[in-house]
Amino acid sequence: MKFKPVYFFLAPALTAIFVFFFIPVISAFIISFTDFDIYAIGDYSKFRFTGLDNYFKLFDNQLFWKALSNTFYFVIISGPLSIAVSLGAAMILNSKLVKFKGIFRLVYFMPVVTTLVAVSIVWRFIYHPEFGLLNYGLSFVGIEKIDWLGDPFWSMPSIIILSIWKNFGYNMIIFIAGLQNIPEELYEAAQIEGANGWQRFTKITLPMLAPTTVFITIITMIGYFQLFAEPYIMTQGGPLDSTLSIVLYMYQEGFRWWNMGYSSAIAFVLFVIILAGTLIQMWVQKRREA
Amino acid sequence: MRKYLLYGFLIITGFLTLAPFIWMLSASFMFDGHASVFPPRFFPDEFTFIQYETLFSRLDVSRNLLNSVLISSMVTVVSLVFNSMAGFAFAKYRFRGKDTIFKMLLSSMVIPSQVTMLPLFLMLKEFGFLNTHMAILVPGLANVFGIFLIRQYVMAIPDSLIESARIDGATDFQIYYKIIVPLAMPVMVTLAIFTFMGTWNDFLWPLIVLNDSSMYTLPVALANLMGEHTKDPELMMAGSVITILPVMMLFLVLQKYYIKGIMMGSVKE
Repeated sequence: MKFKPVYFFLAPALTAIFVFFFIPVISAFIISFTDFDIYAIGDYSKFRFTGLDNYFKLFDNQLFWKALSNTFYFVIISGPLSIAVSLGAAMILNSKLVKFKGIFRLVYFMPVVTTLVAVSIVWRFIYHPEFGLLNYGLSFVGIEKIDWLGDPFWSMPSIIILSIWKNFGYNMIIFIAGLQNIPEELYEAAQIEGANGWQRFTKITLPMLAPTTVFITIITMIGYFQLFAEPYIMTQGGPLDSTLSIVLYMYQEGFRWWNMGYSSAIAFVLFVIILAGTLIQMWVQKRREA
Repeated sequence: MRKYLLYGFLIITGFLTLAPFIWMLSASFMFDGHASVFPPRFFPDEFTFIQYETLFSRLDVSRNLLNSVLISSMVTVVSLVFNSMAGFAFAKYRFRGKDTIFKMLLSSMVIPSQVTMLPLFLMLKEFGFLNTHMAILVPGLANVFGIFLIRQYVMAIPDSLIESARIDGATDFQIYYKIIVPLAMPVMVTLAIFTFMGTWNDFLWPLIVLNDSSMYTLPVALANLMGEHTKDPELMMAGSVITILPVMMLFLVLQKYYIKGIMMGSVKE
């Protein structure tokens, strides 16, 4: 039998992905049905299969529900808001009235390429109640000092603002590409028919952008469900667990307390949520096309 | 009139976007305590490098900077080779199970990497890779997004080029590195920036597998430093500048390729 060269090209990448991605995924699934903990790390014979115990424990745990609802709060508010900001920025930068597009695009894009940990630290000081930039800026419009990260009501909105600032540039680029693909004739025809700006936006721009929007919604959602570094750096999940996210909870259970079986169960719940979200988006897209 | 309104809006939002960076830069050049004032300063009252000196002399940040550079470069080079070979294979070869394997790879992108972290941690512990650079390299050897990006690009290279090289007696490997790699260079650069920045900015995984401060990458070192210096914005801002600046420069130089990568990644299959 002759050795086919194609296997030579495929083998390194496929082996790496199989061994270091697929096997861990399957193992995590199995571990989530065991009581794997710190004792089992020392001696692999020291764990038992406990069936669905971890999942039952999880659904009984208030902290898990808190983390879950915090994460949903973050995704549901931050996702649509940042997509709206991206679309707005893209439309302005796509306008024929504007020159120096490149510079503005670059400026808006800057936060995207920066290190999340570093900007979380910067924003932690920007949110400082006494000396922070944000309260200073707000004082000009007559808003009293807010204890952004210390008040359980404002802590999650603080993370939302940071994440919009950090991410809107990315989707803005994709929207600009999408807008440029809309034929100019459509707008001209609409203008002749007497459609106003708002009508052109809702009847032409939005429908023509729908596939782009679905794609953006999926990647944004997948990314936002994995919220971790911002609360880890700025609030450690507090105050009063108001910014504890699913991944932060998973990290604490798995790598601080070494409850690895339990932590794997949390990871799988995250997976199921992301999968469900993606499937719903794809289903909506299919129905729209049909 | 509308034009000026648009410009006004663009400039204000542009300033709001940059304000955190301006403040960061300004505070990083201040003496201890000078950034904790009201109103905040966009320029240092007294200019100093003392925060940077502290970082490099007392806190040994150069070690972390070196770690970040080494790890990010290593992951970039190795994954580029692995991904480009596999991308080439998926674009230009026919083999059994090709479509099934490719579809499986694409659908695996919805699995969040956090799922793999616990078993991967145990696996690397067995290998003795914990707290080494290998622990970061191993899960980054190859990735589906990279394979996909290369495949899309290589598919557009005409088969006739490959055929004529074959007639001239080129081996498959020669075709790969003499024809495919040079022609696919733009997408390779794009992928290289994505990988380098992704590895540089990554936090959760290095936080898990590195536990010795001399092995830390910059983000982990910075997070660790934050624990002890919550009241030192000047020092922390200098640390943030050191962490952000290299990737920002890289982006400014190669932005064309980066932007192209975002667009390519968003092409519907």
